[in-house]
Amino acid sequence: MKAAVIVFPGSNCDRDIAVALEACMGHAPAMVWHRDSELPDVDLIALPGGFSYGDYLRSGAMAVHSPAMREVVARAERGVAVLGICNGFQVLTESGLLPGALMRNRDLRFVCRDVWVRVETTDSVFTTGLQKGECMRFPVAHNDGSYFVDDTTLATLQDADRIAFRYVTPDGQVTDDANPNGSRAGIAGVLGPSRNVLGMMPHPERLVDEAQGGTDGRRFFEGLLNALETAR
Amino acid sequence: MSAATNDAAITPEIVAEHGLSPDEYDKALTLLGRAPNLVELGIISVMWSEHCSYKSSRRWLKTLPTEAPWVICGPGENAGVVDIGDGLAAIFKMESHNHPSYIEPYQGAATGVGGILRDVFTMGARPVANLNALRFGSPEHPKTRHLVRGVVAGIGGYGNCVGVPTVGGECTFDPGYDGNILVNAMTVGVAPADRIFYAKASGVGSPIVYVGSKTGRDGIHGATMASASFDEDSEEKRPTVQVGDPFTEKLLIEACLELMATDCIVGIQDMGAAGLTSSSVEMADKGAAGVMLDMDQVPVREEGMTPYEIMLSESQERMLMVLRPGREAEARAIFEKWELDFAVIGEVTDSRHLTLRSGGKIVCDLPVEMLATGLQYDRPWETPAAPAPLPASVPALSVKDDLLKLLSSPDLASKRWVWEQYDHMVMADTVQRPGGDAAVVRVHGTERGLAMTTDCTPRYCAADPVTGGRQAVAEAWRNLTASGARPLAVTDCLNFGNPQRAPVMGQFVLCIQGMGEACRVLDFPVVSGNVSLYNETDFASIPPTPQIGGLGLIDDIGRMAQPAIRAEGETLILIGDGEGHLGASLYLRMATGADAGMPPPVDLEKERRNGDFVRGLIAEGVTTTCHDVSDGGLLVAAAEMAMAGGIGIALEGPEDAGWLFGEDQGRYLLAVPEDAVETVLKAARSAHVAAAAVGSTGGSALTLNGANAICVDELRAANERWFPAYMSGPVESGGDD
Repeated sequence: MKAAVIVFPGSNCDRDIAVALEACMGHAPAMVWHRDSELPDVDLIALPGGFSYGDYLRSGAMAVHSPAMREVVARAERGVAVLGICNGFQVLTESGLLPGALMRNRDLRFVCRDVWVRVETTDSVFTTGLQKGECMRFPVAHNDGSYFVDDTTLATLQDADRIAFRYVTPDGQVTDDANPNGSRAGIAGVLGPSRNVLGMMPHPERLVDEAQGGTDGRRFFEGLLNALETAR
Repeated sequence: MSAATNDAAITPEIVAEHGLSPDEYDKALTLLGRAPNLVELGIISVMWSEHCSYKSSRRWLKTLPTEAPWVICGPGENAGVVDIGDGLAAIFKMESHNHPSYIEPYQGAATGVGGILRDVFTMGARPVANLNALRFGSPEHPKTRHLVRGVVAGIGGYGNCVGVPTVGGECTFDPGYDGNILVNAMTVGVAPADRIFYAKASGVGSPIVYVGSKTGRDGIHGATMASASFDEDSEEKRPTVQVGDPFTEKLLIEACLELMATDCIVGIQDMGAAGLTSSSVEMADKGAAGVMLDMDQVPVREEGMTPYEIMLSESQERMLMVLRPGREAEARAIFEKWELDFAVIGEVTDSRHLTLRSGGKIVCDLPVEMLATGLQYDRPWETPAAPAPLPASVPALSVKDDLLKLLSSPDLASKRWVWEQYDHMVMADTVQRPGGDAAVVRVHGTERGLAMTTDCTPRYCAADPVTGGRQAVAEAWRNLTASGARPLAVTDCLNFGNPQRAPVMGQFVLCIQGMGEACRVLDFPVVSGNVSLYNETDFASIPPTPQIGGLGLIDDIGRMAQPAIRAEGETLILIGDGEGHLGASLYLRMATGADAGMPPPVDLEKERRNGDFVRGLIAEGVTTTCHDVSDGGLLVAAAEMAMAGGIGIALEGPEDAGWLFGEDQGRYLLAVPEDAVETVLKAARSAHVAAAAVGSTGGSALTLNGANAICVDELRAANERWFPAYMSGPVESGGDD
């Protein structure tokens, strides 16, 4: 099992996801600088949270043009698993690997707190280790997390079972109050058409040991890594 | 003034525009032996500003204790350094950004965060946490809402992007801050204990290197603005507020830490207030050296910038370094990788002068000593007036209504609206989040924790500065203790009014006296700090606010405490005693609409005894639930514990306002399992610590003597209601935040 984390200038969850992956894999992932056009041969590519290039343009818009991202797109098209968390999700929508866009939060404020998400599909390497309908607690921390897609795309995502997570109440109801940012249809995470790319706003890497206040994130990563190991 | 040529004669008007008094200018003439030119005058004026020179405060700051076996570096450097074991050191400091934040709240607060981060990573530390102590005016004041919104967004906008969690702080309201809000930002960082970097220029001929952002025309004379009082024209000072670029700061952190892993650096200093001027003077002063800078080599944002503008600009995200000769290429490669400017702009000399060259000509030649230590005042002071006496009678007690009213009052209301805008979890080591007594951040890769808090009770300081100074230190010490931490050291941020008024100077002197007493008894030395004077608008000074930032160490985060009730059927034990002191309490303010009476006395010996006892219980694993009793007294503390844990409390005791809401000091509430109660009470007796069972945990309501039940959900609703409701109100003074 090998993983790589792409580091953009302004990434700030790169260490966090590296620590989480190491805790679950037993060894550290490769850290790939944004200017590197060559990626090591890996089973998983992670795009971390943060503010790539400052996000002074649209969030994630600059990162798409880095040499490393061109290679990530190529790998994704060849079927390598790509996980984008928070700013990584924004980079994935900007790159076209995922549909839709992440807009300013509904309340026009940055929001950092734990949220509950419901697993909507187990048909992907990312979620096959989880139970459909189960609720998990992950932190969010973002300014631009309101996921928007048009009606046609939303119907496509629903019909193709590509919605991975929805924001819910602790007992699993999709409500406006449970939705921290106004995302359409409560979408917290979405899969690409080939199901090997996942973008999600919540940060599972922030809850991987008890001292952090929970371990749902660890379960997420262990499920993913097991699935990738099995698929090798 | 910057448009004038450098050879123009210095008139009294030009001197006055620079904020120098005629006496101070005369002193400059004497020390210099000639008239300064305009560049020199500008440099003298910022270095002699209150902000940079500490000319009114230095004499008193020297009286504070600064040493302990675990202190690696005390005041005088960019930040304080303490040993935290495992070969690591914690580096921390708090600093004010009050004046800019009032004028331009978003950028003022944002650049305050940027500045304090630089103070910490300049010394070789990776910043691991930010805190913010915020004091706003009355919620009814027409500007308050706009200021809260801008300041909070600015702190978040900067800290979130840089990727350092904002884990704690305070946010309170008082009409005394209507015209001068306080924004005090604190950063804590961690570095290898044997790789601390100091701001010292040494080695004649060593290259002086400028890194970071380019220099622009922003923030010119910011330090002078921060050293003056406000009047109705203060809005016009908006252009002197700098604009922050947290992305560049993030790159600068990474680049500096990468360079610090080599041995290229001789000395390093961030460019904060008074920019290139103070950074170069401070480095030359500490190294007993001189500095020659070539203005033509400084990276600038626009053409035609004069030496005057370059030296006085407060553009953000810049650092000055002295490198070992011959290591420039290695250092340059690192900064180029991070796409930051890197320029050799001068060299260390043995002249003990600050010498500036521009267009091949010398445009400034000033003795470093004169700039660094030229002015010191012993300002006259007097004991400020005593507080209003306690009213003859306080309105009758209604336990339930009073509690709900207090919990939904601006000072005690939940600050969730604030801290949810701060990323308080990035770096994934936050093990106690905002909302408790102290925040706790795990030392990365270890099982140790750094506990941190900011504290001050300005209404106590206003009523009795000595007691207020003591209490601010004691409460910080207590909050750290309540988490199980051993308090290590203090950073302070001393916010006061105009020191040229004797009663204000008296507040300053007496608060420091009280702080010093507490720091000594509690073994809690001051290792860094900042002074902000002239917090005054149209002759009205702020309440004296000696803000304390406390840092403590938890050896094992598996053995720490937090305020949430975690189990039913536990016994609630009150550690410490009191007389039911209502003077200067929040209860009195709520009941009568005014502050009156003396603050609760702080018995430092008792404080220490009680705290050491509580810390021992936490370390032994006897309790994991502990909360200090402070603002609002016992009943509010119990309610906070119930709300945090979602479990009720049955409290038992006299239905008396003093017992329920008195703010007597040195007290803690613990929850312990029933079978440990007798042991705890017995141990307390032998430690000469007052301890009494005052209730038990369980159910879904807070009750007093079996009556007055309030559901925990109702408590929470009251506590969470005020802030969002307030912030959804109309904003009178629009801003571009």
